[in-house]
Amino acid sequence: MLETLQTLDRRWIFLAMFLAVAVPLIMGTTFPEEPSDQVMAVFDAVENLPDGSNVVMALDYDPASEGELQPMASAFTRHCALKKHNIYFMTLWPQGGPMIQRSTELLENDYPETYKGKYGTKYVNLGFRAGNEGVIKLVVEDLKKSYDTDVQGTNLNDIPLTKNLKNIQQVDLLCNVSAGYPGSKEWVLYGSAPFDIPTVIGCTGVQAPIMLPYIPQQLTGMLAAIKGAAEYEQAIINAYPELNDNLAAKEGLKRMGPQLVAHVLLICLIALGNVIYFWERKQGTS
Amino acid sequence: MKQSTLIWTMLMVFGGLSLIFIQFNRGKGEVYVREVPVEAKASSKTSPEQTYRWSTYQQVPEKEKGKPGVSFSLSRTLGLWVAAFCTLAIFSFLYGDNPLYKFTEAVFVGVSAAYAMVVAFWTEIVTNLFAKLFPGFARMSFLPDISEDVQSDLLYLIPLVLSVLLLWRLAPKGSWIARWPLAFFIGATAGIRLISYLEADFIGQIQNTIMPFIVFDSKGSFLWIESLRNTIVILGVTSCMVYFFFSIEHEGVVKYISRLGVWFLMVTFGASFAYTVMGRIALLSGRLDFLFNNWLGI
Repeated sequence: MLETLQTLDRRWIFLAMFLAVAVPLIMGTTFPEEPSDQVMAVFDAVENLPDGSNVVMALDYDPASEGELQPMASAFTRHCALKKHNIYFMTLWPQGGPMIQRSTELLENDYPETYKGKYGTKYVNLGFRAGNEGVIKLVVEDLKKSYDTDVQGTNLNDIPLTKNLKNIQQVDLLCNVSAGYPGSKEWVLYGSAPFDIPTVIGCTGVQAPIMLPYIPQQLTGMLAAIKGAAEYEQAIINAYPELNDNLAAKEGLKRMGPQLVAHVLLICLIALGNVIYFWERKQGTS
Repeated sequence: MKQSTLIWTMLMVFGGLSLIFIQFNRGKGEVYVREVPVEAKASSKTSPEQTYRWSTYQQVPEKEKGKPGVSFSLSRTLGLWVAAFCTLAIFSFLYGDNPLYKFTEAVFVGVSAAYAMVVAFWTEIVTNLFAKLFPGFARMSFLPDISEDVQSDLLYLIPLVLSVLLLWRLAPKGSWIARWPLAFFIGATAGIRLISYLEADFIGQIQNTIMPFIVFDSKGSFLWIESLRNTIVILGVTSCMVYFFFSIEHEGVVKYISRLGVWFLMVTFGASFAYTVMGRIALLSGRLDFLFNNWLGI
């Protein structure tokens, strides 16, 4: 048995991982989530703002990270919509445009009474600007130096939401969902830390350990990886129980089922690998 | 044929046949859209107000097919099938390196680069440079929303000249000219980054680490969880810094402190790896969700 495992084709492991992820996904298996303090800090930052506050939603990711980050972006958007906040969308990634479009469609379709046909008065899409951290530095000091027009080419002075907005220091909260550079770290370095802008972020698992030291002084809270998204969704559902029947509001929760099974498989494989290693060592010494 | 190759080939053929069977029996993999009429008004000093009408198409769930205004979208359906094919082609690398994977990988890289280039061109070169230097021409050609009061901003000649100088690098002679704008960019970037890193990372992180070992609440009660957390943070930071301090021999007390630092580092790397694994599984479940839900409709 152990000899067979020693020479096992790695494709069997790929197949096992495929099944571990696919089966719970097809079955729709979800597990209860308990929002952590860190996630509740993010929830409270959005929830405690008065209805109709101004929120910047910076979505700095592309389709490659969509599987991990889209549930966070949707949850942020949904929560802001429930609070009827005014939302300013922007991105520092060229491929971020379609990601913003998903969120604006969510606003128009799921919350038509607040957002349908209210482009420019309840939400605005500033789109992409090249320049990485240079853009952040400009928008926190003078928005219109970097953005003259919105994504449709309309002058910002002709849009009610942006007409009197000098810079994003004037907004009540900055929400950033990011997959790397430029992203959360740059928003902290050039935006929230020097100007004390209240900031919450959602980031990939790879970024999470880098961003942790900024909490709670420079960042109010962070959603780390799909686990953070699932906990945030649970926090929103706890506060707004009418969402319990809405499957679209449980994207992250749905993805945590496969996570759990895949993690159990990984732990078993690591344990098995160690057994084989010690068995080999014993064989070698005897 | 080797036994493993036979098994895998059978598995893939079986999987392919199952997909075809599901498609023919359930009729999934179709995209439906709803027509949304759009109306916009435009006016200028020289012409009267004009109304423009056009339609956009919004994707709707398949259950809404047959409802008024909802129609089958051939282009989006083709897009869905191409996306599914590309996903499977990328997954085929797990079986082994193959031409299908290489082709799809090349397509992804090319499409991403081209998309980024086109977006950057229209948002930067056209909107940010061309429209600033020649607002009248830009209004007539690409951007009708530019106000007629906007004047040329000649300051934008500086980035234009710097960009042209940068392209000089491609010329067979005089490539040294590109060093001037390059020096400016490097200097400006370093300057911008230095200040922010000093403020947010260096000073900010030192401030965050200055914390009491023993924490009491406002009533004077000892808070042991907060005290333990602070102690771990201070010990961790100090021991990791000692590990990276190579100017003294790691002997005696220093050896034990640096070894503690190694343990903290190992825990950090472990957490980082675990987060990475979680991220990769999330990406896999995202793609499988697309295949099962959007494509196959399971």
